Amino acid sequence: MIFQDYVFYALAAILLFAGLRVITSRNPVHAALFLVLAFFTAAGIWLLLEAEFLAIALVLVYVGAVMVLFLFVIMMLDINLDRLREGFWNALPVALPVGILMAIEMVMVLSSKHFSADMINAPVPKPAGYSNTAEIGSQLYTDYLLPFELASVVLLVAIVAAIALTLRERKDSKFIDPAEQVKVKRADRVRIVSMPAEKEIIAVTEPEAEKK
Amino acid sequence: MSVGLSHYLILGAVLFAISVIGIFLNRKNVIVLLMAIELMLLAVNMNFIAFSHYLNDLAGQIFVFFILTVAAAESAIGLAILVLLFRNLRTINVDDLDRLKG
Repeated sequence: MIFQDYVFYALAAILLFAGLRVITSRNPVHAALFLVLAFFTAAGIWLLLEAEFLAIALVLVYVGAVMVLFLFVIMMLDINLDRLREGFWNALPVALPVGILMAIEMVMVLSSKHFSADMINAPVPKPAGYSNTAEIGSQLYTDYLLPFELASVVLLVAIVAAIALTLRERKDSKFIDPAEQVKVKRADRVRIVSMPAEKEIIAVTEPEAEKK
Repeated sequence: MSVGLSHYLILGAVLFAISVIGIFLNRKNVIVLLMAIELMLLAVNMNFIAFSHYLNDLAGQIFVFFILTVAAAESAIGLAILVLLFRNLRTINVDDLDRLKG
């Protein structure tokens, strides 16, 4: 065993522990923090697999943005934990066999000789000047240009949807509707009243004549 | 035992099984359900990156890049729906979400 193997086993143990705590911890805040630990450890394992760009992206995007969003939402909501934990372990007799069966199936397939180390040799380590980020970038902007653009559209839709869902405007706020402003006609705002420019004053002069 | 491709794949499989168990256990708490889904996506990404490394093909890493994008969008919209739900019903218990009588 070389040093990388020990690192892998240590990180894998931490990852599985963090995953178990995510699904079993009572407080959602603890679950979110253990999920942060899981993502961070997974980034370490990805570094072992020479996926440097994705490892950093995982830390930046997930730990930095998505998990902060999770923590924001958890702390903003006033959750009644006791009701949510009612009958938490009732599903275990179903869940445990299903999960263990899935794991055993996959382990049996994956530990067969088709996936063993002598079938797929470990690739030679990349030379010192090799840049994983530059390589991914050149692939993204040539072969995967259209999917890359589509991914940006997906993100834009997500932004618009998230804002549109949570936007709440006050009922009594005074605001200007631009559509109404553009649509307005001259007749809605100005009323022309036709009246004579001059007018003879007769009623005032008559009483003076009577006095004389 | 030196670490090979199968070790990474088994790690991904066990992580996936853990998150499936988590979906069973936390069936009332929408937030932890979302977290279990994130954990599932992480397990899947682990497989992609392991294959990408051992087959010396960068396509797997590009795919993980897109999965990360879609997962970020999904969790943002999911949390927005969650906030909306809590605002209207004052609860996030899945058992209470029976407006549609389904």
